[in-house]
Order: sequence, then C-alpha cells, then structure tokens
Amino acid sequence: MPATETHAAIDAVWRIESAKLIGALVRIVRDISLAEELAQDALVAALQQWPSEGIPRNPGAWLMQAAKHRAIDHFRHRQRAERKHEQVAYELETEQERAPDFDTALDDDVGDDVLRLMFTACHPVLSADARVALTLRLIGGLTTEEIARAYLVPEPTIAQRIVRAKKAIARARVPFEVPRGADRAARLASVLEVIYLVFNEGYSATAGDDWMRPQLCEDAMRLGRVLAGLAPGEAEVHGLVALMELQASRIRARISRTGEPILLLDQDRSRWDHLLIQHGLAALTRAEQLDGASGPYALQGAIAACHARARTAAETDWARIARLYAELSRVMPSPVVELNRAVAIAMAGDPAAGLGIVDAIADHPTMREYPHWASARADLLARLGRSDEARAAFERAAGLTKNARDREVLLARAREQEHS
Amino acid sequence: MRFMVIVKATKDSEAGVMPSEQLLTAMTKYNEDLAKAGIMLAGEGLHPSSKGARVRFSGPKRDVIDGPFAETKELIAGYWIWQVRSREEAIEWVKRCPNPMPGDSEIEIRQIFDADDFGAEFTPELREREARLVQQMEANKKK
Repeated sequence: MPATETHAAIDAVWRIESAKLIGALVRIVRDISLAEELAQDALVAALQQWPSEGIPRNPGAWLMQAAKHRAIDHFRHRQRAERKHEQVAYELETEQERAPDFDTALDDDVGDDVLRLMFTACHPVLSADARVALTLRLIGGLTTEEIARAYLVPEPTIAQRIVRAKKAIARARVPFEVPRGADRAARLASVLEVIYLVFNEGYSATAGDDWMRPQLCEDAMRLGRVLAGLAPGEAEVHGLVALMELQASRIRARISRTGEPILLLDQDRSRWDHLLIQHGLAALTRAEQLDGASGPYALQGAIAACHARARTAAETDWARIARLYAELSRVMPSPVVELNRAVAIAMAGDPAAGLGIVDAIADHPTMREYPHWASARADLLARLGRSDEARAAFERAAGLTKNARDREVLLARAREQEHS
Repeated sequence: MRFMVIVKATKDSEAGVMPSEQLLTAMTKYNEDLAKAGIMLAGEGLHPSSKGARVRFSGPKRDVIDGPFAETKELIAGYWIWQVRSREEAIEWVKRCPNPMPGDSEIEIRQIFDADDFGAEFTPELREREARLVQQMEANKKK
C-alpha cells in the first residue's frame, strides 16, 4: 500500500479510535492534556511503523498498547516522581501483565470512558466555544485545522482555545466521571447544548462555504447518536437526535438552484431525506416511550415531526403544532417560542388569537427590533383583512430586516395590501 | 458523506443457506458497534435472486425476467447505508466486519451522491472559497 494511502487509512483509524483511546487514557492518567499527548505519540508511532509494517489487524488495540508503553515511559522518566505516579506506573505494568488481551479491555470499559470524556469536555466551567472545540477534537476526532476551517477562524485560535480549555478543566479539578443525582440533568443539558450548537453552525452554512461547515451537521448527528448509544435511558438525548435528523432531512430542499432560501411550506417534499426522517421519527418514538417526549429538545423534535409526517404543506397538523409550542413555552419560556405558537394558532385557523399572542410579547426587548416579529404581525393583520395596518406593519418589518431579499418580499407584500 | 456498503452474493447465499448462529452473533455485535459509533443509517439482508425479478429496458419496451440470475458474483446479498467522514473510514469499518459468508466473500463500498457533491467546476470554485476563507480569517484577526 503506498504511503499516502496508509496515511489516509491511519486518519480513518484515528477518527474511529481516538475518543475511546483518549477516554481510556484519561481514566488511567487522570489528565486530559497528558492523555491526549500520549494518544498523539501513539499516532506518531503508527505513522512511522504502519507504512512499512502494514496496518495491524486490530489497530485500536495497537494504538492503546503503544500509548500505554508511552505512559509507562513517561512516568518512569519523571525525575521527581511522586508516590501517586509510581503507583500509576505500577498499575499500568501489572495491568499489562495481567491482561495482554487489550481487545476485551478496550471493549469492556470504553463506552463509559467516552461518556465520561463527553461530560468532561462539556463541563459548564468552560465557555460554549471552548466546550464545542474540545468536544469536536476529543470525541469527534477532528483535527484543530478541521475545526478552524469549519468555524472560519485561524488555526492558532482553536489550538489556543483547546489548550486553555484543558487547563481550565485541570484547574477546576473536574472529576473524570459520569455525573449522578441532581447534577446529572444540568450536566447533560450542557452536553446536549454543545451538540446542538455544532449542528446549528453547520445548518447555517450557506452555498459557497467551505465544505467543512455543512459537515458539522453530520458530526453533530453522529455525536448525538453516539451519546444515545451510551445513555439510552435519557429521553432528551433521543429528542435531540430526532430534532437534528428531522431538521437535516430538509437540507437539500431548503435552497433553490439559484441559491435562494425556500421556506418550509414551499419546499418540494419529495426532496426531503426520507431515510433521515425515518431515523428521526424512530428516535422521537424512543423519547416518547421514556418520558412522553416532554423535554425541550423532544418537543422541538415533535414539532419538526409534524412537518415531516405531512405529505403536503396543506396536511400539516397546525393544531398539534400549536399545542406542542404551548408545552414548549411552559418548559422553556421564550418570546420566540410564543411567536411561533402565535403563527401556528393562526395557521390552525384562528389569526385573531395569534395576533393577541403577538401583541402580548410586543414589549419584550428582544422582539422590538426582531424582523420576524414584525413580519409575523403584519401577516396576521393581512389575514384579518386589516389592510392599512398590515401595509404599515410590512413596511416596518422591511425596515428592520438586514437581508436584501427578505426586504424585497416584505415591500412587495406591503404593496399588495393597497390592492386588497 | 454516505456510502452504500454492499455484501456480494455467493453460491450459499443464492442457495438460501442461512448464516450459522456463530456468524449471526458476530454480525449482531458488529451491527451494534456500527450503531454505537453513530454511522449506521440503514442495513438489510436480501432474499436470494430466485425471489427477485429484473425489468429490461429497450426504448419503449419493458421485458420482465424472473430470477434466479446466473452471474452470482454480480449479485448482492445485503447492504448498509453509512454516514462517515471519508471513503477510508468506510474501508476501515468494512475491514472490521466478520466474514459475512461461510466461504470467500466480498464487500463493495460505493459513495452515494450528495446534494453538495462537487461538479466539474470544483477547482475554480474551491479556489474562490479558499480566497474567501483567507479574507474571513483576516477579518477575524482584526476583531
């Protein structure tokens, strides 16, 4: 096999094995920076040896073995070895003598290690940006360069962010464990937030962006599915997977051939990705079985599912969507959720009730300059036949939006009101 | 990116020989690993071609030919749909698959077309993107 091909194969092995490898190493050495260093050393050894010796039959076990050797060397060569370290080195050696079959050793514990690693990388002690970078790097297996390209920032920025994040975790003495009890829900929310941030970053990519950006959607879905496998009893994990897969199912249909966005109700539903829809609906069913899909992600997933299930836009069950938004408003109060609820109620046939909700959130600071609030209100006024008010409202919305194309559409709708 | 991973048919699979319990166990474990890794989107086994049919097209004509079909090596016995980051990653996963047949067998890896598959103008477009990326990075530095 030519060297470049072997390198590509090593990249692939790294992508598959790195989270398990680093997770297992953190468990042993209790230090993320050191664990990652040891894993990188093992990777370097693979890059040196595999091109000539061939790729081993069990590359994951090979890397683990290599990293453990480095770990033993590392602790031996530390001049001022403290007792604790001697102890670790001793344990490593005895473990190797006792269990040369790293295959089983890898399979036994790795799941938990990866889950611990996820919780650690997403610890709330870190900023959202730092959590995202560390998660993509440690669990997603992305290189610093890949993360930098996906986020359109220079590579040193990401490298520094990761170094600082690892230091912050060490400083805060974050234990390498899966949180239990009261802490667990908040910590899990932090993990889910990171995954959904990654997804949204990819989802907001536009035509002409670097291909690494839309790829983030796939990375996020993969992280979500991995988490669902590791924590199958958590309804919100399945809810998030459902939400991401159902949203991603529309990626192909949401932009026209000329690059303009197509609104959900105008999309060609035959272009939706039915494999992802099927997957998303299955994930939602699991969330429903666990807790009735009552968490914020599952509720949003359930709303996305209403669209996915409708064969045509006209068949959309708006009454159900309005009920789901009402529930979402209860568990995650937000004027944006209320705005969506108002639109759903109007779509379900009661624009007057919708307008009442829209006006009720009018004074909220985030709504005042929010073009979607203004355009939703204008649309409801138009539906109610209040043409003069609708025209003024559309003009106001046009004045708020920063998107040139949206402005054109809104001004055209303002003009329509004069003829009605 | 997505790949279709195709298990090629063999004499045994075409004869309807069911996999041994040992193989079934190994395959179940493998499928679990694929699901845990978050890459498996779909996967099914296929009945022998004796239960299948072909429709041959010639201009407006449609001829239906019932199975079984002779060229066993060209037939398929099952497939997966995977979402992975590269062709190499798909290859690595396939290498970990237990031999799906009692004798020699083959698995084929084919990329599925994607909405954002690059066309012929890939190179100039990519250059333009690189230029935009550099601009963006400069802009970020100034922030």
